Amino acid sequence: MSKTVRLRKGLDIRLIGIANKVKTEAKVPKTVSIRPADFHGMTPKMLLKEGEQVKVGDIVFQDKYSDTIKYASPVNGTLKAIVRGAKRKIEEIVISADATQSFDGGTPIDHSSLSGEEIKNTMLAAGLWPFVRQRPLDVVADPKNEPKAIFVSAFDSSPLAPDFDFVLHGKAKEFQAGLDALAKLTSGKVHLTLNGKSPADAAFKDAKGVQINTIVGKHPAGNVGTQIHHVDPINKGEFVWTLNAQDVAIIGRYFLTGTYNAKRTIALTGSEIKDPQYFETIIGANVADILDGKITTDNVRIISGNVLTGNKIDQDGYLGFYHNQITVIPEGDQLKFFLTKGWFGPGFDKFSNSRLFPTFLSTKKKFRLDTNLNGEERAFVVTGELDKVFPFDILPMQLVKAAITNDIDGMENLGIYEMAPEDFALCEYVCTSKIDIQDKIRQGLDVIAEECM
Amino acid sequence: MKFLENIVNKMEPKFSKGGKLEKWNPVYESFITLAFTPKHTTKLGSHIRDGVDLKRTMITVIIAMVPALLFGMYNTGHYEMVAASGNLDLAYGAMFWDKVLAGAAVVVPLIIVSYGVGLGIEFIFAMRRGHPLHEGFLVSGMLIPLVMPADVPLWMVGVATAFAVIIGKEIFGGTGMNILNVALTSRAFLFFAYPTSMSGDKVWMSGLTENLGKVKDAKEANPEVVTQLAENLDGFSGATPLGDLASFMTPDAVLKGENIEAGANAMEKFTSEYSLYDSFMGFIPGSIGETSTLAILIGAAILLITGVGSLRIIASFFAGGFLMGVILNAAGGPYLDLPPVYHLVLGGFAFGAVFMATDPVSAAQTANGKIIYGLLGGMMAILIRVLNPAYPEGVMLAILFMNVMAPIIDHYVIAANIKKRLKRVKQA
Repeated sequence: MSKTVRLRKGLDIRLIGIANKVKTEAKVPKTVSIRPADFHGMTPKMLLKEGEQVKVGDIVFQDKYSDTIKYASPVNGTLKAIVRGAKRKIEEIVISADATQSFDGGTPIDHSSLSGEEIKNTMLAAGLWPFVRQRPLDVVADPKNEPKAIFVSAFDSSPLAPDFDFVLHGKAKEFQAGLDALAKLTSGKVHLTLNGKSPADAAFKDAKGVQINTIVGKHPAGNVGTQIHHVDPINKGEFVWTLNAQDVAIIGRYFLTGTYNAKRTIALTGSEIKDPQYFETIIGANVADILDGKITTDNVRIISGNVLTGNKIDQDGYLGFYHNQITVIPEGDQLKFFLTKGWFGPGFDKFSNSRLFPTFLSTKKKFRLDTNLNGEERAFVVTGELDKVFPFDILPMQLVKAAITNDIDGMENLGIYEMAPEDFALCEYVCTSKIDIQDKIRQGLDVIAEECM
Repeated sequence: MKFLENIVNKMEPKFSKGGKLEKWNPVYESFITLAFTPKHTTKLGSHIRDGVDLKRTMITVIIAMVPALLFGMYNTGHYEMVAASGNLDLAYGAMFWDKVLAGAAVVVPLIIVSYGVGLGIEFIFAMRRGHPLHEGFLVSGMLIPLVMPADVPLWMVGVATAFAVIIGKEIFGGTGMNILNVALTSRAFLFFAYPTSMSGDKVWMSGLTENLGKVKDAKEANPEVVTQLAENLDGFSGATPLGDLASFMTPDAVLKGENIEAGANAMEKFTSEYSLYDSFMGFIPGSIGETSTLAILIGAAILLITGVGSLRIIASFFAGGFLMGVILNAAGGPYLDLPPVYHLVLGGFAFGAVFMATDPVSAAQTANGKIIYGLLGGMMAILIRVLNPAYPEGVMLAILFMNVMAPIIDHYVIAANIKKRLKRVKQA
């Protein structure tokens, strides 16, 4: 019983620098790093000390308050440093990787003979669990809860996103094994949602044991949040788990080979990248080698993830745990004279969801956008603009206001349980008043986590 | 623009924290951000942002008002000459440049007073709150002169602007926080505080009150001599079409023995005096910016093409007005018989629908709420106009009333959305 969903609302931000479909094996990174900040709300408890040897799949730390959730090392090497910030908070765990990496030597695990509980325990023990995220709250799933469904999106619609059909081509077996394992974790269904705009790769199209849905529309059609809302929405007290398609393959690989092989194909994208293309690398890899000689201009912003939801990183920063791409765009820290490039200019270089710039007449032109706010923060004035890019039956501005005012009843009633900050990324993009909406929603979710969960 | 940038870079430290002129930072920021979109880059969340900002949105509204403003100037000039000569049949196109100049001489000071007083107060509040000027008043400051009668004294405009900015907006927290439309608040203030200058027959033509005064003085000084001016202005009304219409309803008309029972006759008389064409084009007396429906519709087109104005509000406001016109027609009666189309082109109806009701801050904020808000606003405007002859201009009061009601409309729209979600739970 598959579902087809058509979205009328949304926005595809057309940027220059989409990756060519060429895949290169990146060099083994000198260091990899795990950042606890990638797992919102998690406090790590270290199980290894600086200087100790680690093998791939060894548990490096666990969640202090939910100690069954463990985090594994993606490489063989030495624990180089535990970087601490204010109040000795662990900000980053750096592992220096051996020059050659081997992922052999595991014994395959027959997932078909395991029960759901056993699969769960295997995944927890192997450090695979952090790949599973839950709604509400958009955090690493709590293994104690029973999800009513599991959602995997077969495509990413965000700007310059990697093409999953290309990335997972030929990995159908691993992907299917991952889906099989996940199917045992829920009494409900595993939903795999395809892009209705283009034919899907065999890995997705021929997936078994899942409900295959199709969604047609602009971004955020590829976000799991949108898909959940239109296929099987979350109500208070219910849980839905979500996974990134590449991570399903990593889980499948673990069951097929018995080792934690956190290899991921990422897209190196953005207007400031010479010859954007795909790289195969490891989660948490230092991106310095990948970026070496690729950046065409000075003064750029390097983002792990996409331009809407990613994190700013340094030139020798690390690929985020959940990220499938690196984006490099120009930094916008220049004054812009109002008649030429500024607020009253003709605006041929501006991309806007409003029709206030002549570029709205073109539906093809691609843009080189920088990180300038293009204005200053104001109170909410313009109404209705958020609705245009928000394909949910939820009132976005009212929900954001409820989040800003810590109005718990309001947030519950207006549908915060279905929401993740990434669902509001486009709202944040189009907001005339330049309010940091994703951050406000995250703060709202934190209040809900504290008071209602 | 390098040299301007250099100036900015040189000034920056003086106004920033710890600098000599730190206190004036909000004022400095306001001017600098006018000349340059600032260097601010994204810190949290999305790394790229839409090109649009509040400045561009607001300037678009001002551009949309320009046709109404230019026409209003000309019309003001025209009726100033009519009032001076008493010649109602003065050809509309004659003495074009003289009328432009005469109109500008009346309207430009109004604009200067409105912006001067309003921005002055805004700067004081901005400095107190330590933020740069927010753009809301750029639009309000232009709307205020456009909703004033041409003959209003400048000091009144200043007082009304001050009242509207302080009581209508700043005490609620500034741009984006106000409950009532700022420009209408100023007009309502004058309407109730100085009714003789804001309503009646004599205020719509610049100089008319003064000229009538002269005639009166001359008469008192020497009742024998009838001056040329007195002759010209004898029996001259100067009323707006709506004022004329309202007189159908008042006991005065009855006392004068006019045959108001013959509603059709009255209507005929009215429609021959004010043709639909003249009313649509704006060749009628009225507040400065409101007379020409054509100019206003050009503005509406700008607002709708750019997406700044809400089609939901504008369309439903017109629909509401038309609907109420039809209903009143069905009821029948002296004033009630006015064809609905007339209602849409007379008085401030079109101006209110396009520029006032669409104010996103004081209007309903939900998509469905906007339709209800517009519909009720349009109906109310015509209802007040027709059934309460004391207020021939119902639009201002209708919109202010709907401003107050907008949060309630939104409340029920939101409640419906919540109910839909709760229903889902029960099904499961």
